[in-house]
Amino acid sequence: MFPIDQYKKMGEIGLLGLPFGTEYEGAGGDYLSYILAVEEISKVDASVGISYSVQTSLNMSAISTYGSEDQKKKYLPDLCTGRKIGSFGLTEPGAGTDAAGVRTVAVKDGDNYILNGQKCFITNSPIADTFVIFAMTDRSKGTKGLSAFIVEKAFPGISIGKIEDKMGIRSAQVGEIIMEDCVVPAENLMGKEGKGFGIAMKTLDGGRIGVAAQALGIAEGAMDHTIAYMKERKQFGRAIHKFQYLQFRMADMKAKIEQARYLVYKAAMDKNNGKPYAESAALAKMVASDCAMEVTTNCVQMHGGYGFIKDYPVERMMRDSKITQIYEGTNEVMRMVISGNMFR
Amino acid sequence: MNIVVCVKQVPDTNEVKIDPVKGTLIRDGVPSIINPDDKNAIEEALRLKDKHGANVTVITMGPPQAEVALKEAIAMGADDAILISDRAFAGSDTLATSRTLAGAITKLDFDIVMAGRQAIDGDTAQVGPGIAESLNLPQVTYVENVEFDGKNLKIRKALEDGYEVLEVQTPCLLTAIDSLNEPRYMQMKNIFTAYDKEVIMWNASDIDVNPEHLGLKGSPTKVKKTWTKETKGSGEIVELPAKEAAAVAISKLKEKHYI
Amino acid sequence: MNINEYNGVWVYAEQRDGELQKIGLELLGKAREIADGINEELTAVLLGNNMDDTAKELLAYGADKVIYVEDEKLTHFTTDAFTEAICSLVESEKPGMMLVGATYLGRDLGPRIAARIGTGLTADCTALATEEETGHLMMTRPAFGGNLMATIMCTEHRPQMATVRPGVFDMIAKDESRVDASKIDKRTTTFSDTVDRIKVIEVVKELKDTVDLTEAEFIVSGGRGVGSAENFKQLEELAHALGGTVSGSRATIDNGWLAHDLQVGQTGKTVRPLVYVACGISGAIQHLAGMQDSDYIIAINKDADAPIHGVADLSLVGDLNKLVPEFTAQLRAMNK
Repeated sequence: MFPIDQYKKMGEIGLLGLPFGTEYEGAGGDYLSYILAVEEISKVDASVGISYSVQTSLNMSAISTYGSEDQKKKYLPDLCTGRKIGSFGLTEPGAGTDAAGVRTVAVKDGDNYILNGQKCFITNSPIADTFVIFAMTDRSKGTKGLSAFIVEKAFPGISIGKIEDKMGIRSAQVGEIIMEDCVVPAENLMGKEGKGFGIAMKTLDGGRIGVAAQALGIAEGAMDHTIAYMKERKQFGRAIHKFQYLQFRMADMKAKIEQARYLVYKAAMDKNNGKPYAESAALAKMVASDCAMEVTTNCVQMHGGYGFIKDYPVERMMRDSKITQIYEGTNEVMRMVISGNMFR
Repeated sequence: MNIVVCVKQVPDTNEVKIDPVKGTLIRDGVPSIINPDDKNAIEEALRLKDKHGANVTVITMGPPQAEVALKEAIAMGADDAILISDRAFAGSDTLATSRTLAGAITKLDFDIVMAGRQAIDGDTAQVGPGIAESLNLPQVTYVENVEFDGKNLKIRKALEDGYEVLEVQTPCLLTAIDSLNEPRYMQMKNIFTAYDKEVIMWNASDIDVNPEHLGLKGSPTKVKKTWTKETKGSGEIVELPAKEAAAVAISKLKEKHYI
Repeated sequence: MNINEYNGVWVYAEQRDGELQKIGLELLGKAREIADGINEELTAVLLGNNMDDTAKELLAYGADKVIYVEDEKLTHFTTDAFTEAICSLVESEKPGMMLVGATYLGRDLGPRIAARIGTGLTADCTALATEEETGHLMMTRPAFGGNLMATIMCTEHRPQMATVRPGVFDMIAKDESRVDASKIDKRTTTFSDTVDRIKVIEVVKELKDTVDLTEAEFIVSGGRGVGSAENFKQLEELAHALGGTVSGSRATIDNGWLAHDLQVGQTGKTVRPLVYVACGISGAIQHLAGMQDSDYIIAINKDADAPIHGVADLSLVGDLNKLVPEFTAQLRAMNK
């Protein structure tokens, strides 16, 4: 069950709109502050962490960066305050990281575009009100024919398909978006026709910092639980944190987490400072998500049998970690981004 | 309308543990928080502000690090914050504390002074009424509902077996309990303002109080000794027929005044 | 302040709308002992209207003397009127000590009086004694959420004031032969205008039934050893006799013996009641996490090696089906 009430509350206190200007009812903070918030939320619940990251660093960042002033005024205030929930539709059954494979089409029809196609694995889609959707306005041009639209749930022709049953981040709502002759006013085109690929790729770079922060949060949350457990749990007449082998394993985990932390904050700072951040975001996401997977797996081990049952949160955190190595570009794709820069 | 809210920074007593060997309190690493009842007082002040418009000033007496608590109150929505801090305040009991706070509040414009019922470290519930006395204000303690018509306050005061409704003129002092409201979380944009906002720092010479009433010298009560309660180990084990065993349990409960 | 001018022990006899509260009698019980120890007079102070019979009752419960201030304005408690009345008495009579109940009203009135007089007040005392050489009152109270105990004294100011929670001290047996009408000093008083600053509009009595586990002072909790939903009735009866509520370990909830919100432990609620009675609970680590900070823990379990005994203050080893009903029966007999 997605905690929709708490999520709305995050909007009320200004978390969802954290990095956006107060003129759009945002909190006027910077990207690093926002990243710290994703990290903190994910220490407790990675599902809420990803919903937050998708809304803020994908949906809202795209509108804030590439939307017209009118579009920003119309959509950002509701999204900043949680009155509306945002989602980001790029992935399709035949197009993940390879955006050129997008099959959703948008055909201009007078003052409107008519969208047809299907998106999958879209976080927040079942609960969202405002979507950023990518569709081909000219398939012959490949990625240069991709355009971005702001689509409201209330527009005719959009519906939500299957909701996924997942291994981890189980309360996050992830599902299909189906567009059948979906009518989108032409004014909802973001930027110009054909600019969609650039918008998608740049926005995803920012989103990866969010995922990296989510992964960092999961790892830290699991470590906190494990430290508490190790002080409580006694074996052979003493608390298990007194065993040096276990202490050293915890020290190793701490080192991994700190490595990840500096990369995540570095990427956020790069974005804050207007520096290129595609590579630092890729490094952060790769290292932090691998760290989360390793740390949570070890945390389950530290809990022994109790780690494997649902009374303790570490088994959930281990399942939640896996997806951070996969979504918003798999870690293999992160390596492509990093090495691509090296051998340019 | 001007509302002054008195707050205290306290160690989170839920986190205070006892050193099983030395039998002393472990305060290291225990987080400092705004006293919970005081948060209800802040919230009520902010609700009055939202509804009727008001300037909300939070005030605390404490060491310099208590500034954090005031910043949190600003992030919740308070307008101004005052920290009164001085070595001369050291050793204050509840009477000296209330006189010190009153000496600061009297320098401000106020219609309502709010405080939490009691702090979780001392649990005395004496500072609120003490301030009211020093300022010669009517007081209502254990407040669980506040209605304001722009002129008079209609207050619901909790009692053990019910409540009473009181009509109070301003200025007055109210002490809040947790059922009064649900304190709001800090607002993100206010967190950013809190960083920029200066907390006003006052020392003993800035407030209007008889120096004889300050600190240890102004405190009629003195702590003679303190000790921690015996730590839990394995307790007494009783293996007796039901009748006698139950009698032992009852006598223990009586002896400890639980029943 | 010449503290030698002050002597005598006072007890504030709290009344609520004309009804004497038990706390006043409990305080008289303890104050009797203190007064005898230092050879001083014990005075009960009663403020009210048409309460002459109550004044007599206070003598029967141990007071040497009663000061009864009668006024219409003292019918219902208000901070201002009661503070004024008591402070003017303190000024003229100069008592050495004054005890007040730590009730909602007493905790409103006590600090106001102390602040007006400029004396010390120690709240929520759990023990009172006098220092042998000096006769000063030694007031002991918990702090830091009960983690720390402190003994507090007020050596240079008078009266030495303390509030005490209901139930801490025992009242002494009623003795009608002590009643002597000449020992009742009935007075009137005058009030300033300030007593009209607060108007009482309405007084409502309502019973608050708290089923919130985290607020409960007494919890009787069952584990797998209870055996069945049916058997939980015994625990409910015990809880009732204690004035508390029931809860259970995860096993009892998983078996459907109890509702979900009554689970105590890692995945349930964390409770810290005054008294936690663990019946048939072995004490798995996930259960202990939710209750080990309870003030006083009684474990009832037939297995003498069960881990629950490691955190219990008192372990009753035996069959809960025998122990629990017996415990209940004795409590009921006592409450009668």
